[in-house]
Amino acid sequence: MKMISKFLLALAMVPLLAVANEDVKLDPAPVNTRDLASLQSGAKLFTNYCLSCHGAQAMRYNRLMDIGISEGQIKENLMFAGDKVGETMKVAMQAKDAKVWLGAAPPDLSVIARSRGADWLYTYMRSFYRDPSRPTGWNNTVFDKVGMPHVLWNLQGDQELKVTSHPAEGGKDAHGPATHAEKSLVLIKAGELTRIKEDGKAHTVEYDAKVADLVNFLVWMGEPAQNTRETVGYWVMLYLCFLLLPMVWLVKREYWKDVH
Amino acid sequence: MNKVQQIVDWVDARFPATQLWESQWGKYVAPKNFNFWYYFGSLAMLVLVIQIVTGIFLTMNYKPDANLAFYSVEYIMRDVTGGWLIRYMHSTGASMFFVVVYLHMFRGLIYGSYQKPRELLWIFGMLIFLCLMAEAFLGYLLPWGQMSFWGAQVIVNLFSSIPVIGPDLSVWIRGDFVVSDATLNRFFALHVIAVPLVLLLLVALHLIALHEVGSNNPDGIEIKKQPKDEKTGLPLDGIYSHPYYSIKDIFGVVVFLIVFSAVVFFAPEMKGYFLEYNNFIPADPLKTPPHIAPVWYFTPFYAILRAVPSLFGTQVWGVLAMGAAVMIIALLPWLDRSPVKSIRYRGTLYKSILAVFIVAFIGLGILGALPATPVRTTLSQIFSVIYFGFFLAMPWYTKMDKTKPVPSRVTG
Repeated sequence: MKMISKFLLALAMVPLLAVANEDVKLDPAPVNTRDLASLQSGAKLFTNYCLSCHGAQAMRYNRLMDIGISEGQIKENLMFAGDKVGETMKVAMQAKDAKVWLGAAPPDLSVIARSRGADWLYTYMRSFYRDPSRPTGWNNTVFDKVGMPHVLWNLQGDQELKVTSHPAEGGKDAHGPATHAEKSLVLIKAGELTRIKEDGKAHTVEYDAKVADLVNFLVWMGEPAQNTRETVGYWVMLYLCFLLLPMVWLVKREYWKDVH
Repeated sequence: MNKVQQIVDWVDARFPATQLWESQWGKYVAPKNFNFWYYFGSLAMLVLVIQIVTGIFLTMNYKPDANLAFYSVEYIMRDVTGGWLIRYMHSTGASMFFVVVYLHMFRGLIYGSYQKPRELLWIFGMLIFLCLMAEAFLGYLLPWGQMSFWGAQVIVNLFSSIPVIGPDLSVWIRGDFVVSDATLNRFFALHVIAVPLVLLLLVALHLIALHEVGSNNPDGIEIKKQPKDEKTGLPLDGIYSHPYYSIKDIFGVVVFLIVFSAVVFFAPEMKGYFLEYNNFIPADPLKTPPHIAPVWYFTPFYAILRAVPSLFGTQVWGVLAMGAAVMIIALLPWLDRSPVKSIRYRGTLYKSILAVFIVAFIGLGILGALPATPVRTTLSQIFSVIYFGFFLAMPWYTKMDKTKPVPSRVTG
């Protein structure tokens, strides 16, 4: 028994040691794939802003009916003319052209939330800043030298990267006065969903919520069956834990009564 | 005589159906003191069945083509009815297979189940483990994600480090100069038919060998050598596996299914350990990922591979060490010189060395999943030495170990 507990303890430590080093701090995305209003708002943003350059070739338009959008709404508001509702979200731009225009073909977004993670996407879409040295005029603190321009700039406005170096807390250390370079993004021009308050601070709640909707949609699109999966899962667990397990245990006990 | 019995008799006169059933399970006599560790053999069979059945259904919709493979998996996840369930059962089943088999092997280790007369049984088991590793490696290429592609690239490149024939050998394995459509096609063929056939044959041999020599038990007592009970004619500590272990194993199956379903329905990625995040990026031969990590079940052996430095201008030594690390387990029956089988009657010396070995093995597993740094490489080297030391020094420390007397009856 001692051996077993040692073994299990060591196993429990695995995730602690396997944490990857992240140099950028990511903000936690408020994901809720059961929030239909948020998913619908995300779907609208996605089809209007993302689909012109990115495809989602695993995602069919009519799958959007799963999140409460009717076929008519899909056809009228979310699709390119000429596409059929049962088709997948193919990109309008040619990959060859994209490479010339942006330096790299924009990745397909069908399962982007599964490779990047929701937090990364949520932080990335809020971390574009003006950088005249880049061909598009934009850079990103999460993805340095990214080829993608800030597509939502009219919503967020313009940010600038401010590097302030100030003495670290606690004053001097062994190597002289300690300085701590801090990079921060400052909103210099408000967009449709942001404003700069009188004290100079940015008010971005509306924009952040919009991005959260988009990320929520991307997470849902990464696995449209996920809500069904969980719902089925609860029933399966109920059946296994509260019906099958006690039943089998009782039968087992009955049979083993005559083993001494 | 009733109708059923008539049919059975008719068959038995032409095929030994009853005899097979009784020798393999129905009248098979097993020790009555099996504990927690004895569930994993039947569970391994259950997972094998899950993998075969879900595999058949995946094959109906999967496309082994470099241009189509990645999105055919997504097609299964989205457009095939119940496809997500089949796919997650298969991907979770792959990892759970190793969980179950590692625990099954660990059981054999601590209770000395490999000792005489079960050497061949152990060898069959090791061959099954080898097949399983091959099966997992081949199958991992099929989703055609970045980790599929680069993992296969790294492993196939290992063969090219073999002197003289290496480079040609790796081209022969891939069917191309890089991992490509040709590789995907042949890996698919090997994964869905060649290896499973061998695996099934080996499982049959493993079971026949087991039912010939009889099961070991947590006390390491040979029940076949015990006097027979006058009333039943069975060894004093023996019971029929049917119905006793039939129903007990079914209980184990239900507990396993609870754990299995928890993963399938609520955490199929298992935080990136069962389905790696980077494998949701389609394979790109032009973009090497910064960190290529094998799936968790290969990491102990991968860590050993990386721990060995290149000598005389070749990296073949790491490959040899990795191969030896797997093969050496098969030699246990001849390395262990202890007069007792079970850990219950072994001395402190053996128990301490085993504890260190467990730490080293898990340590290697963790290190194999992380990017290499000088400190980690040194740690891997220490753990690798402990790993091999555990086996190579076994003839001596098992002889020196102060064992306790083994009772004549099982202790429950």
